[in-house]
Amino acid sequence: MALVLNEEQLMLKDAAAGFLQEKASVAALRALRDSRDEAGYSKELWQEMADMGWAGIAIPEAYGGLDYGYIGLGIVLEQMGRNLSVSPLQSSVLVAATAIALGGSEAQKQALLPAIASGETIVTLALQEGPHHAPHKTAATAIADGDGYVISGRKVMVADAHVADKLIVVARTAGEPGDAEGLGLFLVDREATGVSTERVIMVDSRNSGTVTLDSVQVSADQVLGSLDTGSALLQQVLDIANIGLSAELLGLCLESFERTMEYLKDRKQFGAAIGTFQGLQHRAAEMYADLELAKSVVIRSLQAIDAGDDNLSLLASACKAKVSQVAARVSNEAIQMHGGIGMTDEFDIGFFIKRARVAQQTFGDHSYHLDRYATLSAF
Amino acid sequence: MSELEQFRLETREWLEANCPAAMRVPEAGDDDQYWGGRNPEMSHPDQKVWSDRMGEKGWTTPEWPAEYGGGGLDKDEVKVLRQEMSRIGARTPLHSFGISMLGPALLLYGTEAQKQEHIPKIVRGEIRWCQGYSEPGAGSDLASLQTRAEDQGDHYLVNGSKVWTSYADKADWIFCLTRTDNTGTKHEGISFLLFDMASEGVTTKPILLISGYSPFCETFFDDVKVPKANLMGEEGKGWTIAKYLLTHERAMISGFGHSSGKKTLSQNAVELIGMDAGGKLDDPVLRQNLAQLELDAMVFGHTMSRVTDEAKAGQGLGEAASIFKYYGTELNKRRFELMLSVYGEQGLAWEGDAYDNGKLPRAWLRTKANSIEGGTSEIQLNIIAKRVLGLPS
Repeated sequence: MALVLNEEQLMLKDAAAGFLQEKASVAALRALRDSRDEAGYSKELWQEMADMGWAGIAIPEAYGGLDYGYIGLGIVLEQMGRNLSVSPLQSSVLVAATAIALGGSEAQKQALLPAIASGETIVTLALQEGPHHAPHKTAATAIADGDGYVISGRKVMVADAHVADKLIVVARTAGEPGDAEGLGLFLVDREATGVSTERVIMVDSRNSGTVTLDSVQVSADQVLGSLDTGSALLQQVLDIANIGLSAELLGLCLESFERTMEYLKDRKQFGAAIGTFQGLQHRAAEMYADLELAKSVVIRSLQAIDAGDDNLSLLASACKAKVSQVAARVSNEAIQMHGGIGMTDEFDIGFFIKRARVAQQTFGDHSYHLDRYATLSAF
Repeated sequence: MSELEQFRLETREWLEANCPAAMRVPEAGDDDQYWGGRNPEMSHPDQKVWSDRMGEKGWTTPEWPAEYGGGGLDKDEVKVLRQEMSRIGARTPLHSFGISMLGPALLLYGTEAQKQEHIPKIVRGEIRWCQGYSEPGAGSDLASLQTRAEDQGDHYLVNGSKVWTSYADKADWIFCLTRTDNTGTKHEGISFLLFDMASEGVTTKPILLISGYSPFCETFFDDVKVPKANLMGEEGKGWTIAKYLLTHERAMISGFGHSSGKKTLSQNAVELIGMDAGGKLDDPVLRQNLAQLELDAMVFGHTMSRVTDEAKAGQGLGEAASIFKYYGTELNKRRFELMLSVYGEQGLAWEGDAYDNGKLPRAWLRTKANSIEGGTSEIQLNIIAKRVLGLPS
């Protein structure tokens, strides 16, 4: 498939860019942070996005979505990255809706996908337990109990935990922590007995949370898909999530690079624009090359999701590894090239590096995915 | 059956009948390439047979116009031809700077007479060309070149010297940047001349490189008479042609060293170094470097595809192509450095049949030139910074 956007996709890109610049820009993020908003995102804005179809952009029409595919979702995520827009699009749409669409029973899909697409329900994945992304180390347990299960464990870094209606909890049904297999995904109400959540505000001013599950009873029909395929389903969801996060990171990188280039043209020292200095020009040109590579791997990977490529895992790890590496470089250079003003809270460039680091770490950073890329390549 | 399918069938049949068996195995190395010319060098007699047959059909340059001896094929047909050649493992019939560099410029800037004279001979591999660009005092700063071409009425008198002239000692003709005027800026007054290397006053001297090979020469001009009709484009406007031609040269260099579908370097590493107990390459640092290299190579491949696709779709300005020369050559250097790590000290043997007579270290040393020739990496970064990013001078 040609590695370009078609007419319809280009229109979506322009529309998303226009809307987000107006309503969900860096200024909106700053206002949200400074007002210490209880929800951590604007419900009105999220409803507007849902009304435009964004919350169901990759969801099939049969379940109330737009069926634009992941390329469509990626386009919106890239623009959100450019504007550092805050919304539950990542937690509820990119991750949770994907898990439900790929693994859910017909009843689960009917019950949840239209509600996610309309923006009325927020679902989030509760996966991580330690300092890093390491799904195989899952220690939370789901123990069979009659027709259902009893889940116990403690989850950290759960995006939008305190505002979610439902959680998709990853828990071990077999094996020991360290085993890649033996994981199940369970749909759990956030307000179910035994579930408690605690909000954590991250360095990028976004919602995360800690979820404690203390002997939470779930019925058999709360298992997402089947237990035998839980680990495989999780990998598939994480591959897609990492590609989506890469699209967001790409937008963030492009915006912060462009702002930095403008600064190099404006700022004068020694009687000349600092952009005339070759020491900065070469670093800028190298970043440009890196960004072109990042664009290519993102569009290739988004298309691969929609095409059902069988090497998606390899591509997803290549994508997240490369884009994370580029994001680290570009966001660091953005601060360095802005000099002292880049260190001030008043100037917006600092918001980009904060969001970059969180998105890099979520579901595995450069080193995690480079290692996985080598493993998947059999060396 | 569509016309294209018909073309595929006929092409397949023709290639089956005309590509000699010896030309269906990969080249053993640079020494095994066929470059044509007045006195062609051959490591196998079928090289000339194959090149002549393809040249006769114009298929050494399938997309060039048929009126000058080219294949006259459209893009889809060229693609089919390449697929069919690759299907039987057919070699590139003719390596030629006439094809990769001069030809496109000649088609654009040459007079009708020049096209009639030179293009068919390039297509058929009858004349081997070399490129007279760099001079001892004009490397990265190419436009400061000093080789003079004085107007003598019906001819120019050329004096000066060139350096890094690839295969000048084997070439029949040269396309050469000369200075016809030094009163304006350094980019003005440059003229693009074509002349016979057998002309009186032309001498060449090969340069021995760190690889042990001598693919480049010094070339000296001492009162060389060049007819006025051999001026390509306008007098004093040669820089425009020089730049156009450089884009073709850079595209060629950025493609150096792309893997040919054999085993990956990481697979070789597994065989030579082995795995640890956890099933990972038993050298974690090398493993990381290999993963990064192979990932970057894959993503660079996607980038070349994307830029081509964008051009076809009429999107963007094709600016991203500016990274190809820089990134491709730096990637190739990284690949060869890692090859040395993978093959270890044994990989550095220089002579001896058991060690392939130093094929690896010689190729590794050759890659060091990739980021120098055709515009250094630093020059490429300058170009990106100024022309693409618009950073001020």
